[in-house]
Amino acid sequence: MSEKSRKGARTSSRDRAAGGNGGDRAGTGRTGRTSSDDKAGKTAVPERVSVFKTYKLFIGGKFPRSESGRVYEVTDSKGTWLANAPLGSRKDARDAVVAARKAFPGWSGATAYNRGQILYRVAEMLQGRADQFAAEVADAEGLSRAKAAAVVDAAVDRWVWYAGWSDKVAQVAGSANPVAGPYFNLSVPEPTGVVAVLAPQDSSFLGLVSVVAPVVVTGNTAVVLAAESAPLPALSLAEVLATSDLPGGVVNVLSGRVAEVGPPLAGHQDVNAIDLAGAAGQRAAELEAAAAENLKRVLRPAGTDWTADPGPDRMLAFLETKTVWHPIGV
Amino acid sequence: MAFEYAPAPQSRAIVDIAPSYGLFIDGEFVEGTSGELRKTISPASEEVLAEYTQAGAEDVDRAVRAARRAFPAWSALPGAERAKYLFRIARIVQERSRELAVLETLDNGKPIRETRDFDLPTVAAHFFYYAGWADKLPYAGFGPDPRPLGVAGQIIPWNFPLMMLAWKIAPALATGNTVVLKPAETTPLSALFFADVCRQAGLPRGVVNIVTGDGATGRALVEHPDINKIAFTGSTAVGKGIARAVAGTDRRLSLELGGKAANVVFDDAPIDQAVEGIVTGIFFNQGHVCCAGSRLLVQESVAEEVLESLKRRMATLRVGDPLDKNTDIGAINSAEQLARIRALADTGEAEGAERWSPACELPGSGFWFAPTLFTGVTQAHRIAREEIFGPVLSVLTFRTPAEAVEKANNTPYGLSAGVWTEKGSRILWMADRLRAGVVWANTFNRFDPSSPFGGYKESGYGREGGRHGLEAYLDV
Amino acid sequence: MPTVPAYGPDAAGRLAEMADVTASDSALRRFLHGLPGVDAVGLQARAAALGTRSIKTSAKAYALDLAISMIDLTTLEGADTPGKVRALSAKGVRPDPTDPTAPSVAAICVYPDMVPVARKALDGTGVKVASVATAFPSGRAGLPVKLADTAEAVSAGADEIDMVIDRGAFLAGRYREVFETIEAVKAACRRPDGTSAHLKVIFETGELSTYDNVRRASWLAMLAGADFIKTSTGKVAVNATPPVTLLMLEAVRDFHAATGVRVGLKPAGGIRTAKDAIKYLVLVNETAGEAWLTADWFRFGASSLLNDLLMQRQKLSTGRYSGPDYVTVD
Repeated sequence: MSEKSRKGARTSSRDRAAGGNGGDRAGTGRTGRTSSDDKAGKTAVPERVSVFKTYKLFIGGKFPRSESGRVYEVTDSKGTWLANAPLGSRKDARDAVVAARKAFPGWSGATAYNRGQILYRVAEMLQGRADQFAAEVADAEGLSRAKAAAVVDAAVDRWVWYAGWSDKVAQVAGSANPVAGPYFNLSVPEPTGVVAVLAPQDSSFLGLVSVVAPVVVTGNTAVVLAAESAPLPALSLAEVLATSDLPGGVVNVLSGRVAEVGPPLAGHQDVNAIDLAGAAGQRAAELEAAAAENLKRVLRPAGTDWTADPGPDRMLAFLETKTVWHPIGV
Repeated sequence: MAFEYAPAPQSRAIVDIAPSYGLFIDGEFVEGTSGELRKTISPASEEVLAEYTQAGAEDVDRAVRAARRAFPAWSALPGAERAKYLFRIARIVQERSRELAVLETLDNGKPIRETRDFDLPTVAAHFFYYAGWADKLPYAGFGPDPRPLGVAGQIIPWNFPLMMLAWKIAPALATGNTVVLKPAETTPLSALFFADVCRQAGLPRGVVNIVTGDGATGRALVEHPDINKIAFTGSTAVGKGIARAVAGTDRRLSLELGGKAANVVFDDAPIDQAVEGIVTGIFFNQGHVCCAGSRLLVQESVAEEVLESLKRRMATLRVGDPLDKNTDIGAINSAEQLARIRALADTGEAEGAERWSPACELPGSGFWFAPTLFTGVTQAHRIAREEIFGPVLSVLTFRTPAEAVEKANNTPYGLSAGVWTEKGSRILWMADRLRAGVVWANTFNRFDPSSPFGGYKESGYGREGGRHGLEAYLDV
Repeated sequence: MPTVPAYGPDAAGRLAEMADVTASDSALRRFLHGLPGVDAVGLQARAAALGTRSIKTSAKAYALDLAISMIDLTTLEGADTPGKVRALSAKGVRPDPTDPTAPSVAAICVYPDMVPVARKALDGTGVKVASVATAFPSGRAGLPVKLADTAEAVSAGADEIDMVIDRGAFLAGRYREVFETIEAVKAACRRPDGTSAHLKVIFETGELSTYDNVRRASWLAMLAGADFIKTSTGKVAVNATPPVTLLMLEAVRDFHAATGVRVGLKPAGGIRTAKDAIKYLVLVNETAGEAWLTADWFRFGASSLLNDLLMQRQKLSTGRYSGPDYVTVD
């Protein structure tokens, strides 16, 4: 934490978030300055010092710090210090890929019904912590509390929407193929494997959910790099995921720099696909080129409107089609 | 005396090859800018069949501009009208199928039995299948009004020249794209004849353009700025290069690349049919098949029995003149490919695997390789990991289903796999776990226009065939 | 393991070594159901592929003569008369009156009561007398009747007996009963001088319904001492087909590999053209191998086939297509 940000802020944004849901963010900032809360002044009762949350990575169902020991400052849209986020390294990326790979057989092998229930559970958990996320989204994106709450609602709804896809996508994307011969022939979609997801920079939470849910609902596992300058909603989402029956390693959340974590993910030989939503321009081109090394499936950045009806495309982008033949005869 | 098959050669009089070919651009054959010509030979005799044009970047540009000019009208044509052109092509291919089969056999070296009974029927079927889609695209599941991408650059390999052309051109045209197609440098002739099929079908000029040449021509096509889509079938190494080349552009890409498929035979397999499936899996088309079952994984308890049957069966394979109707295995497509197969087979021996081939007399001229079996192969051997693309089978054993899956999936490729067992639940269990785009259970190397084909992992992305095959040419 | 013919003196010893698998109904069932399954589509595809072999010029000339020499020229009609049998016998001995180089057929196949007529007509010609027996074609009679039927034909001079199995017993799983019947009929084929008529066992494959059953019936009959296994009576809707013949060729090949005993094969019924016959020879050549390509080990049960072979033979020697007026009607 730098002196500059400490002095520059009359209070931490995290104090302003207090009073909502859950006491973990209530209280004053570490600056010791008075709160802007009117009541605080009137009562003259010594202000309670709040407990800050240490934001951590989410890898394999655990919450480690970056192996590098580094953090970076996260501020709100006005430059006010919010927290120190772990500055993920290439080794964190490597560990996350290992965790995602380990989780893949179990998650892809789970029934679609089970995956749908778990995604729905994520929505339930998120709903219960909606105020917390509204506050974090408001800070992260400079939105009013009402607008931020609407974003969180949309994110909850998105989880629900994708949860319902789990046992339908195969019926939409698969096919029975009438081949010209005595063969039973069926095409079914299957998850492609471990998907690296560079979460969108312009939508720290709804955008994040909109790229993570379609990857995992079909049975892929994900390594997600949170929006670089607004990683806190993503890191908090990990807490929701950890308490939603989602097996450890299915979603792994990193925070840090696209420039640092993107290339090792794009070049990783055990990553099957990459969503470049959070990259742009020359950086995206470089990552796509790196992804060619093992022919990752690449979803290019496309200026997506994260509030719009997503359609099935993001799910389909990370599905393989497997076609099975068998003779018909006695 | 014994019952020996006398030569039964298919007459080549049915096909009339011109001494020299230009490029098919904007509905007519034109000379290349540089005037550089290449020769295409018959790999069975090394006889020069014809000269063809090495297209340079300027020629590719001409072809792309012709395709671009043709695109607005072609894509605006009602689907039902586009369909009729494709139906016409399908019919003309059927009518000329023997001519095209002989041509393909001459230029490629594959047996006439295969071009006649497999390649050409499949080509016609593919055009028929996609013809029917052209006016039904709103119902294909890609939105109410799916749009074509524009100009597609298509690069195809030498192993199934005309069939790969059909797999590329049929869906592209059905969806309203126009194409510039480059056939492989060792097998340009059937694509050039296809240009004449387009002429007979009255296809509007510029909708299909054929540019011939080597890798440089392909590169020019990939790098052309006015291409909207690249479709490539070929080696994984070249595929990766193309993926790098289109990185950061909005050009769409589909890739159908290499493979090292496992053909898994359990102890309760229908052994005789499994042996046929192993033979079809690796010796079909001289093993020049990306989805070839080049790794035989046989359960230890039946390994000896299966290998004995396999060797007996391999001894009946007839290697020789591709135009002989009784030939099972024809010529290796090129001297380069033969050298690669030889080098990898030698590696197999050097690494300690045991090599076996049936006694078979190979012709004196041309490029030939006897059907070959390696036993005692382990996962670490190069012949168990690298695509040989020739009639060379590596045999490994396994003890349990889990081990079979683990070994089958232990490769960067994921194009196809085979399973042989009479137990239904085991088939489904295996099919579920094999990481491959096509799983053949109790059969192998079956293809159909309605059946999606394409790989996992480094075998590429996108699917060809079926409803899925439309997606590669639609803006979705 | 040296090869012994099924009808030779050493075959019994080889079969005795397999006695444990035939000792009881349950042992026999376990063995027959433990044979590798047959994938119908794969079998048919292989037979069709072999059907595309092109046999021309010298190979065709050889094949036509070979096929003629393998024919069991057959008449099995209620309307058969001594005159008809004598005419057929004459034709079998010298099929093409205009061309003495045309080989004789292998045998003349008749009902038991016609055996004396055929015997008389064929003595000294080298053409064998074959007789159906065992309540042909249905086999629906008691064992004593079947044995008497067989013994009568043998004593009347039959060189070969074509028996039928009880398909009902086989389909009902009474394998041991079928086995014992074959053994008994084989015993009934014995002559007072210690020699035996050769026994062909007809399965009526068109009634066995599955290829798996055909493989089991083949092994059952071979274990019981069949000298030949034969597809059909010619009296039902589905007779010999290339896939069934291919499958039975695999069975005689595998039985030989397992026991050293060579058993012959006779497809019968529905083989009418030279083109068909040559396809069958290709099946033999590429499945069991050339050791079976003699009348000792492969026969065609046919009547009209001979004339087509003769017409094709004339075409090859003259270069002109022949017509039915240039072969004899018998």
